[in-house]
Amino acid sequence: MTIKTLKLEDLDCAHCAAEIETAVNKLKNVKATVSFMTQKMTLEFEEGCFDDVLKDVKKIVGKIEPDVTVGVE
Amino acid sequence: MNRRKREMLQIGVAAVLFAAGFFVPEAGGAKAVVFGLSALSAGTGVVYKALKSLFGGRMLDENFLMSAAVFGAFALGQYSEGAAVMLFYQIGEAFQSYAVRRSRRSIAALMNIRPEYAFVKRGGEFVRVAPEEVAAGDLIRVKAGERVPLDGVVEKGEASLDTSALTGESVPRTVRAGDGVLSGCIDLNSPLELRVSSPYRESTVARILELTEKAASRKAPLENFITRFARVYTPLVVTAAVLLAVVPSVFFGGSFDEWLYRALTFLVVSCPCALVISVPLGFFGGIGAASRNGILVKGSNSLEALSRIDTAVFDKTGTLTRGKFQVVEVVSDEGVSEEDVLKTAAYADAFSNHPVALSILSAYGKPIDRSLIENQEEIGGFGVKAEVGGKKLLAGTAALMKREGVPFTEEPDEGTIVYVAADGKKIGKIRIADEPKPDAAEGISRLRNMGVRRVVILTGDNESAARAVAAAVGADDVYAGLLPDQKVERLEELDAEKRKGGSLIFVGDGINDAPVLARSDVGVAMGGIGSDAAVEAADAVLMTDEPSQVADAVAIGRKTMRIVRQNIVFALGIKGAVLLLGALGEATMWEAVFADVGVSVIAVLNAMRALSFKRK
Repeated sequence: MTIKTLKLEDLDCAHCAAEIETAVNKLKNVKATVSFMTQKMTLEFEEGCFDDVLKDVKKIVGKIEPDVTVGVE
Repeated sequence: MNRRKREMLQIGVAAVLFAAGFFVPEAGGAKAVVFGLSALSAGTGVVYKALKSLFGGRMLDENFLMSAAVFGAFALGQYSEGAAVMLFYQIGEAFQSYAVRRSRRSIAALMNIRPEYAFVKRGGEFVRVAPEEVAAGDLIRVKAGERVPLDGVVEKGEASLDTSALTGESVPRTVRAGDGVLSGCIDLNSPLELRVSSPYRESTVARILELTEKAASRKAPLENFITRFARVYTPLVVTAAVLLAVVPSVFFGGSFDEWLYRALTFLVVSCPCALVISVPLGFFGGIGAASRNGILVKGSNSLEALSRIDTAVFDKTGTLTRGKFQVVEVVSDEGVSEEDVLKTAAYADAFSNHPVALSILSAYGKPIDRSLIENQEEIGGFGVKAEVGGKKLLAGTAALMKREGVPFTEEPDEGTIVYVAADGKKIGKIRIADEPKPDAAEGISRLRNMGVRRVVILTGDNESAARAVAAAVGADDVYAGLLPDQKVERLEELDAEKRKGGSLIFVGDGINDAPVLARSDVGVAMGGIGSDAAVEAADAVLMTDEPSQVADAVAIGRKTMRIVRQNIVFALGIKGAVLLLGALGEATMWEAVFADVGVSVIAVLNAMRALSFKRK
């Protein structure tokens, strides 16, 4: 498992943060925690899958809260 | 125009139209138009998002529910109320995101210790580079007013450092050549040259930042509960709203308009926003307040456990005591001065590196003419024998005196005693102890005042020294002579004896305390971010050496929990009351709007109090 942190810019709705967290956790072999306060998502995933996971995360975020941009640190 | 400004403008226009709506004549639907425009101006964004989620199949979206309530109100001819819901919802949202932004910023400012650059010596000149590019062993220069970018040791210069960002300590610290300096401090007055001791990613600053960023993912049980609660709250309230609109009017012949109105008030209260925002915000503020006071807490779960403290277990050496031997008393026999006793012992000990000898030398504090010392012999476990200026000197234990045939009477004493003799005659004795830190007793009595039931010392040191410290600081129990694995066993026993619902906190200064730190409910590592294993195993790290900070940490934990609980009770109470009154037809949409955004805003403001903590 690798851990990476994503930035969720303009995440202004706490409820959405929780929804995003739940949805991302439903992805296979992915564990995520979203911090509304730091506007960050900590992602745990299997080594080498980052591009796929990132694509899925972006899709989920775009659906739940289109105002948010996902950034890689 | 950015999004925020556009929204403010829309709200402004909506507010003017809303006010105008009350002066428009009733006749001809003019009121509907003016209030309708007001709602539209305030709520275009909301309606747009609502449609998007509707097509995305997400019926329980906040925007959708709010829009449904507003459309419903208009359909019922409640124009002013419909417009009010939209307008105040938007005002509340704007205010809430302002408050959240502000607290995010003030917390970010607290943690703004990231250095931007370092001046490193490359080929005889200092050049500006990113801190990451500097290697251990490089020489860097820090000017007055600059932040120390990397951990290092002073090579040249003397300066006062502001360490408040790391320790919460406001009194500047003076450093000279040979002193260690932590990254994140600010040089207040004069340039320093430092020999870098570790690369940036292993520096104090980098590790503090890493800890605080990870802190948000270690959530307290209460925080997880709120997340779970939020997941069921909205569906539950919306289902209730649908039932309320349908059942009474279809099955019991109630007026459909009347019950629809009641259902709409439910929709307005259906967002758990107040809780979802204010609870994490409160915890985050508490973690921020702790770090401003030099206490790094690794997560809100630790903050919560700290607040439930029942048993406090301390390591002794280096935690409650200074970890350094010190001369605490010099007793001279008749006809000899105390100064002479100390001087004699210092000359006898001049070449010794034993901690006891070092403490005597530092208490004597004057230069020693080593040419006078002709012969010095260290006798392991006994002391020192030396010939100085033709005199035969002895400094050591009672056993040494007996061995050398010095007549004396042994008295029982606390601590470590060094007897001093010259030419076969005892002239006095020096008592040496590892003194408790000045704030240890106060720190423990503060913990007691906070309701800590039991204070225990675990130590590898001998029984009598441990008892003396326990008496001085006011601990209940002492377990002495423990090896590291015995410490864990003891801790487990203590853990079994703690009060139900209480927590056990272990405070230690590291090195071999890692297993105990990991085993306790909250492991507190002390003395900065020094020992890797200890920081890794600990749940909280005290940046200074003061045991009284444990009480601060508990106080911050309690304050945070109090605020979070207040918010939960307040938000659920108001929402529950409005739901009940709404179902009974006693609450209007005005009250429902208050229960939604009004409560959120108040809860957010309350949560922001967690950020301010002043040490008493």
